Amino acid sequence: MDYTFPELPYAFNALEPHIDAMTMEIHYTKHHKTYFDKFVAAIKETELNGTPLEEIFAQVSKLPMPVRNHGGGLYNHTLFWESMSPNGGGVPTGKLADAITAQYGSFEDFKTKFNDAAANRFGSGWAWLSVKADKSLCVCSSANQDNPLMDISDCKATPILGLDVWEHAYYLKFQNRRPEYITAFWNVVNWAVVQARYESAIK
Amino acid sequence: MKAQESIHKFAPLPYAYDALEPYIDKMTMEIHYDKHHRAYYNNFMAAIKGTELEKTPMLDIFANISAQPVGIRNNGGGFWNHEMFWNCMKSNGGGAPKGKLGDAITATFGSFDEFKKQFADAGAKRFGSGWVWLVVGKDGKLFISSTANQDNPLMNIAEKPGIPVFCLDVWEHAYYLKYQNKRGDYITAFWNVANWDYAQKLYEEALAKNK
Repeated sequence: MDYTFPELPYAFNALEPHIDAMTMEIHYTKHHKTYFDKFVAAIKETELNGTPLEEIFAQVSKLPMPVRNHGGGLYNHTLFWESMSPNGGGVPTGKLADAITAQYGSFEDFKTKFNDAAANRFGSGWAWLSVKADKSLCVCSSANQDNPLMDISDCKATPILGLDVWEHAYYLKFQNRRPEYITAFWNVVNWAVVQARYESAIK
Repeated sequence: MKAQESIHKFAPLPYAYDALEPYIDKMTMEIHYDKHHRAYYNNFMAAIKGTELEKTPMLDIFANISAQPVGIRNNGGGFWNHEMFWNCMKSNGGGAPKGKLGDAITATFGSFDEFKKQFADAGAKRFGSGWVWLVVGKDGKLFISSTANQDNPLMNIAEKPGIPVFCLDVWEHAYYLKYQNKRGDYITAFWNVANWDYAQKLYEEALAKNK
């Protein structure tokens, strides 16, 4: 299998005013593309060239750091773009909504927990909503480009929603005000995609 | 009883926000100092409130940082590192270090250009947020290191401990408004504002401490 750099599923300005066009353009064409290029170069040096990312992450502790950093950067951003939509926002429905309410009490309580994970991640990283092996949900954060699929993760699970809290994800528009970026993010969350990921994860 | 006053003070920026233009832009300096640096200071002060750390010098706190909550490590580091960083820059800076530091850099790295190359490399390769340092080790020798987030070489958790004499912030907030993803351009620009007199002073102090 060859690795492909995914298309951005919408225009750079599609998430305005919540995520600005310039941030989207640089984030996708520079940051994401660089992770892709560096991952492709790094994985070629290993015996796992062509292996799906999920399988690579499951043994990432045995692989060179560039595979972990750039493979993570490739996967995480792809998931992130798909997690957003110009027609996003609102609340989840169906089985995911039921699971969130059952586990966190309410959608608002879940959001608070996710917001805290994103705000309290010191330095660069990600906040995640994931599905654990026992099918329960979990909210956690990871440093840099790590993610819950990696064997080094302290919250091993299948991520269904990710929020990039590297400063590059928000600095042009929000500067030091990460909480405002997190608040804006909820307006563009593509719950249809997150729900589909959830249903596939609990199968 | 009067509340005890902390020894830790938020120092003024040693120059105007626009003093490092065009290399470091005014808006970045203002947000970096007045928002990021100040928040580290305020969070650090809140974390140590009512404890003996209010009267403990930063170097002593760092020497035992592994015993402290991570909030003190992160915000104490952010407070201290930025104050050092401001002093490592000045308007009309740049050039090359002279005196003992200049000699030591040439002796250690072969040339000033080779030092710059290795320092810039360390900055480019720090994945995520962090710092690059020129450090004096226990043996009195110089070395370059980089640390994650707001860690520094004075902390007892440092992989390569020592006394820092020069530093560069490579968090994205240090350069993103002007340079975006081009961290390399930011590092190249930084050399134009390097304050070698300050590094020289720290170097001589570090050698004296090591004696």
